Amino acid sequence: MEKQMTKTTDWKSKMNQQTISLAKWTFAWVLTIALATFGPTFIWESNAWISFTAILISFGIGLGMILANIRHLNTQDELMRRIHLESMGLSLGIGVVGGLSYSMLDSSNVISSNAEIGHLVMLMAITYLISVILKVKKYK
Amino acid sequence: MKNKLKVLRAERDWTQADLADALEVSRQTVNAIETGKYDPSLPLAFKLSRLFKLTIEEIFEYEENGS
Repeated sequence: MEKQMTKTTDWKSKMNQQTISLAKWTFAWVLTIALATFGPTFIWESNAWISFTAILISFGIGLGMILANIRHLNTQDELMRRIHLESMGLSLGIGVVGGLSYSMLDSSNVISSNAEIGHLVMLMAITYLISVILKVKKYK
Repeated sequence: MKNKLKVLRAERDWTQADLADALEVSRQTVNAIETGKYDPSLPLAFKLSRLFKLTIEEIFEYEENGS
């Protein structure tokens, strides 16, 4: 049992490390998104090369965040992995169905405003968050 | 699927947290298995089997119409 306790401490510290790593990558990605979005207006006055570089950096850090997310998922225990995978499936489905419906509402002029990609990202994020909370509650 | 996890754990005077630590899962997972809300994977069932020194069939009982 003592040997198993040491292994468990390893598992828990590994999980904590991956959670911190994911938080750092996510924070960095949000920062680069903000820089690439507001930089052309407020910092470098629409210089195309600087904008291109900022977007490229944001893309690269975004890829790092995806890998950190996969590593984080792999350190979770099987129930949490299942909860996250089911929530990801649901948010992807809602994103595709909701996103296409939203786009059709825009193209057929049913809604006056333009369909923004940001709204789709928010819809998927909220769906994911609510799904994880409900599933964690379900298995409690 | 029914299981005797709660009884086996009580016999050894282990808490859910003790068992979770030994299995390298969260306490929530142990609770979900005990209450029948979640069926463990085959590797986790084998871990339980080794830990309690019992066969999987002695710990878990498959129900035809169960989850």
